[in-house]
Parts: sequence; structure tokens; C-alpha cells
Amino acid sequence: MTDTVKNSLLFALVFTLIIISGFFQGWNNAMFILNMGIISAIMALGVNLQWGYAGLFNVGVMGFVALGGLAAVLVGMPATPGAFSAGGPGVILAILLGAATIIVAVFTYKKMSAGRNRSLAITAILIFGFFVFRGFLDPAVGLIEDVNPAATGYLGGLNPGTQDTYRDNGWIMLIAWPVGGLFAAGAAWLIGKAALGLRSDYLAIATLGIAEIIIAVLKNEDWLTRGVKNVVGVPRPVPYELDLQNSAQFVERAAAMGFDPVEGSTIFVKLLYAALFAAVLGIIFYLSQRALNSPWGRMLRAIRDNEVAAEAMGKDVTARHLQVFILGSAICGIAGAMMTTLDGQLTPGTYQPLRFTFLVWVMVIVGGSGSNLGSILGGFLIWFLWVQVEPIGLFLMDIITAGMAEDSALRAHLIDSAAQMRLMTMGLIMILVLRFSPRGLIPEK
Amino acid sequence: MDFLNAIVALSNFVLIPGIAYGSQLAIGALGVTLVYGILRFSNFAHGDTMAFGTMVTILVTWWMQSIGISLGPLPTALLALPFGILGCIVLVLITDRAVYRFYRVQKAKPVILVIVSMGVMFVMNGIVRFIIGPDDQSFSDGPRFIISARDFKTLTGLDEGMSIKTTQLITVITAIVVVALLFWFLNKTRAGKSMRAYSDNEDLALLSGINPERVVMITWIIVAALATIAGTLYGLDKSFKPFTYFQLLLPIFAAAVVGGIGSPLGAIAGGFVIAFSEVTITYAWKKILVYLMPESLEPSGLVQLLSTDYKFAVSFVILLIVLLFKPTGLFKGQSTT
Repeated sequence: MTDTVKNSLLFALVFTLIIISGFFQGWNNAMFILNMGIISAIMALGVNLQWGYAGLFNVGVMGFVALGGLAAVLVGMPATPGAFSAGGPGVILAILLGAATIIVAVFTYKKMSAGRNRSLAITAILIFGFFVFRGFLDPAVGLIEDVNPAATGYLGGLNPGTQDTYRDNGWIMLIAWPVGGLFAAGAAWLIGKAALGLRSDYLAIATLGIAEIIIAVLKNEDWLTRGVKNVVGVPRPVPYELDLQNSAQFVERAAAMGFDPVEGSTIFVKLLYAALFAAVLGIIFYLSQRALNSPWGRMLRAIRDNEVAAEAMGKDVTARHLQVFILGSAICGIAGAMMTTLDGQLTPGTYQPLRFTFLVWVMVIVGGSGSNLGSILGGFLIWFLWVQVEPIGLFLMDIITAGMAEDSALRAHLIDSAAQMRLMTMGLIMILVLRFSPRGLIPEK
Repeated sequence: MDFLNAIVALSNFVLIPGIAYGSQLAIGALGVTLVYGILRFSNFAHGDTMAFGTMVTILVTWWMQSIGISLGPLPTALLALPFGILGCIVLVLITDRAVYRFYRVQKAKPVILVIVSMGVMFVMNGIVRFIIGPDDQSFSDGPRFIISARDFKTLTGLDEGMSIKTTQLITVITAIVVVALLFWFLNKTRAGKSMRAYSDNEDLALLSGINPERVVMITWIIVAALATIAGTLYGLDKSFKPFTYFQLLLPIFAAAVVGGIGSPLGAIAGGFVIAFSEVTITYAWKKILVYLMPESLEPSGLVQLLSTDYKFAVSFVILLIVLLFKPTGLFKGQSTT
């Protein structure tokens, strides 16, 4: 069996699984799995670029995904009337002052000779700068958050529409996706500058921390994201179900195909999303594949396999690491923006490292690190399992507990706990793959 | 009087919570640092190992409470602790035998072991959630305070109260005992010395006839004990929730790295550094400044440097500073570059 046949079979298997779930759980559910599967595949491609190509151990995926979500809000939502004029200049001034503090500190670090004086000077600069930063930021933030706090209370975004008409500018979300990539890339540049020199497991700890900080910022800086009050009603690049149901033409066409308007419209919307997402996935996959097989890709793999040798050959290891770290994070940011678009809301409270960082890692490992096709397969397969393990677990628990008394406490506990099976399953899959097939389902060539 | 009030407020809100939290972090970081020193990888599953040990302790505590066993004024959990440790030892030894040993024999790169430990983390997290559920559990009993704020006020006549929770005192005493035992073990016993030898130079240790599997086994047993103790103390002091324990991973790593990973003394110092930075930076200082400053200079705001939700940022920034400027940590552990 050639590789092509095997790979096609694997993909056919995953899509058959999704189609089967469509028959049993309804097509809406299957389309949801497909759409999130595409987004997961894109995230996996990003991580694969970092880990598979270059051996960078990034466990801060969640942070970059969340930054992408932030971009979706900042681009897609309309500006809150009066918010920017109230506190905007203050916030911008504060951020500039904060940045200036850091630049001055870095400059001092480079110019002064090492010693106690330098440490003291830098500490003084940072502390002073921090208080100045807070001094300008806090009042401005207060002003912004006082603007209609129940409904907005944040700056809003760049959508040209007003509160009532912004939903008509759904196309703007297509701009938000690359902007999400840019946000993540910017953050990755900062982080990479600071942390990429570290040994692999320290880089992991550092990125884990950064992701938590990004989430903390999104949760607490209400003026930017409304914090845990969530931003809802993010516009979408596809029509709304309700509009479709009100359109006579659509209802007629749906009826001709044997769907009632409600079900037909939801599936139609999800199909449009799937087409858009698939296009993005296709572009990113094509570019990744080209990069992998280019001299640049070969250089990265050479660095990954033997850093010292590559350095001796005159390759700039640090610069390449930074480059690939930024690119991979940008891909995760794009996926994050797409996910927020699909959800229609940004809910900082729902970002959890197990779901958004470690699950993506399971996808990459299971699919095959270093292989783009493998990452896509892993993305679909693991996402499918993540969704389906819960009903399967419930089903199994029902069988196991069938013999027990109706009111047995153990039975109730087992059925309640079935939802927790998914973490265990993911861990087991990961451990088993690492042990028995460490190169994954579709190994790197 | 104002000065005394300020000191009391400082102890009540900063020093005492900081010492208790620092002890918990220190014991947790000791576990991470031991795994790193002997098995040479950062164990991402440590937070969930703590959660598992604590869970067993909680279950035994509930059982003891239900049949009426208690320790008098002390929390029953202390009586259940040995069972928790035992359960945790069994779990980590099984994990080591089934998962980690394969990679040790292969001499796999540390980063592979880290990824494997991510898988273990998932499984342990799943087991804990499966057995006890994802919600908050409280298992502390006995009197809550050794001295409550009100008693302190009537006793001293000060405006500020100082309360010491039973769990805080227990935490500190247990931490001292555990650390003393651990250092006695590492420095005085044959097994402890062989562990240190193995950590310093694996080849040399093997040449002098040290059995690596035995060293690894002893390490895991100690790590399980430390993890369970740290987890139980944290759970008694605050409360038990699987997700919180997973999140503890970050300050614990930070503590281990700040102190110098691989160095037990460093882990303890790191624990306190992280704990005090978190508490001081997220504490609203207004209360104390009001006593110390002349009235005209009294601060108008809360004087809270960062809101409490940013406490992860604090441990992280310290971690980053140490990683960048002093890669071996405060106590000359293994280099991080």
C-alpha cells in the first residue's frame, strides 16, 4: 500500500466518522464538528511549524488563539460612541509611556556596564515607569468603562457601522482573520526575543506562563475586551439564519431540496463557513508545504536535528527560531480569530490550557510531528474524538451500570463523571501514540 | 500606636499568608526539582500528582469523619495524609513503570519526556475529575482560627486585628518537619547520598555501583509524598479544586527555576520569593500606608500594584527575569540555556 493510498484512506475514515455522526446526531452537529475540525487543523499546522519543523516547544498556543479572538473583536465590533474621545488618548499615552519605559530600561541595560549600579538604575526606571503608566492608564480606563457600562463599557472596534448597522459589514471579519495573525505575530516577536534562547523545557514553562498572562489581560482589561462580561454579537461574514428564513427565495429552494427553512438555513450558514475555513486551511497548507520543501524548510530541519552542526555551517539559528516562532504563532492567531467569528462572541473565561494548548499538541503528536498532512488529520480526528468521547462515555457508563439499582449512588456518580472521560482518553491516546508509534499516523518523510 | 497597627496589618495580610503560601509552594517545588535532578525533565504532571494525592487524602478524611475518627482540635486530614501519600506513591510508581521507564531505557531526549508528562497530566487530571468531580471540595474541620482577629483586638487593644488560621500554623510546622527530614535523608543516609551522586554525575554514579532503578524509585516515592503533603496543605488552607491544582504548576515551576532547578535549597527559597512577590504585588497597601503616612499624604486609591488576577503574571515575570539574567537560579542549579 503506497503512502498516498494509506493517507487517503485515513482521511476517508475520519470524514466517514463525521458523516456517520451526521446520520445519528443530526447534520448541524456534524457541520459543527467539521468547522471546528478545520480550525483545529489550522492550529495544529501552526504548532507543527514550530515543533515539527524547528523543534520549538511552545505550550502557549492558548494565548495566541485568544489574541486572534481579540483581533476579531477589535476589528469587527463598532466603536462605542464617546468611548474613545473619553479615554482613548489617555490609554494611548499610557501605553506609549509604558513602552518608552521598557525601551529606556533596555537601553540602560545595554549602555551601562554590569554591576549593582546598573541593576539599581534599571529597577528605578521600571518602578517609576510603572507608576507613571498606571497613573495615566487608570483614569482613562475609568472614563471608558463608565460609557454605558451595561451594554458596552469598552472601546469597541473598527467596524464603520453604528451599534444598529454594524452587522451589515460582515465582510470586515475577513480582514480580522489576518489581523489576528498579526496580533499573535507581534506577541510572538516580543516573547521570542526574550525567551527563545532557553532550553526546550524552559521555553515550554515560559510560554505556558505567557498564555496565562494573555488570558488574564483579556479577563481584566474591561476597556479592551469587556473582560468576563464577554463581547457578544461579533459580526459574521456569512448571512444570518433569520434573514435566510425570511427570504422567500431561500425557503423555496430549501423546500425543493427537502429541508424545512430553520434546519436548512442553519446548515447552509455552516456550509458557507466551512467553505471559507477550508479556503484558509488550503492556503495555509499550501504555503506550509511549499515552505517545508524549500531550502528554508531544509535549513530548519537541519537546525532541528543538529543545532551545533547547522550553526557551524553558518546558519543563524536564533534568527530562524524567532522567524518560525512568529510564523507558527501567527497561524494560531488566525485560527483564533476564525473561531471567535464562528462562535460570534469572545468569552475570555472559556480559554483553558487543556483545551486550547495541550489538545492541539495531542493533534500534532497523533497526526505526526513534522508532517503537515498529519497535523490536519490529527486536527480532525482528535477534535472528533474530543466531541464524541462524552456521548460514547455516557453510552458505555449506561451499559456498565445497567445492572445496578436505579437509585444506586455509584451509578449516579459514574454517569455524572462520564463527561470527565475525555481528558483521560486524550491522555491515553497521546501516551499510546508516543510509545508505539512516535512518528504519528502520517509520519514525516 | 499607628506604627504597631501598621505592623499588625502587615503581618495579618502579607506576612502570614505569604509564609503559609510560600511553604506550600516550596514543598511543591521540591518535588519538581527532585524529578528534574534525578530524571532530568520538567514534570508537567506535578500539579495533577498533587491533586491526586490530595484527592485520596480527602476521600479517606471523609470516610474517617463518617465513622467518627478525629484528631481533636487538628484537622482529620492530617490523620488521612499517610493514606494519601501511599495512594499517590502507588500511582506514580505505576506511571513510572508503565510510561516513563521505557523512555529512560531508550535514553530519550528530555523534551520527549516532557511531552510524555503532558500525556500523563491529561490522564491524571481525568482520573481526579472522574473520581471526585471538577468542583470545589472542602475537607477542613476543627477550629478554624488559633487566634481570631476579634480576640486579638480585645487582647491587645489595637485597632487592627491579626488572625492566625489553624491551617496556616499546621502548614508552617509541617513544612519545617518535611524539609528537615528531606535534608537529613539527602545528606545523611546512604540512599540519599546515592541520589545526590546520581544527580551530580550519572555515569560516575553508575560506575560506583549505584542501582539507577532504585534511585529512581526512591525519588518517585519522595516526590509523591511531597506532592501529597503540598497538595493537602494547600487544600486545607484554601480549598481543593482540580483545575486550581493544575494552575499551581506555574508558580511551582517558577519557584523551582528561581531557586535554581535541581537544587533543593533553591526550591525552598524560590517558593518564598514567589509567594511573597505575589502577595505584596497584589495586596492593596492603602490600609497600611494610612497608618504610616501623615494625614496630608494619605493615598486616595487602594495602592494595589496589580489586581489579584494578575498573580500569575508576577510569578511569570520573576521567572523570566531569572531565566534571562541568572540562568542557574539563585542557588546555582543546572543552567537553563
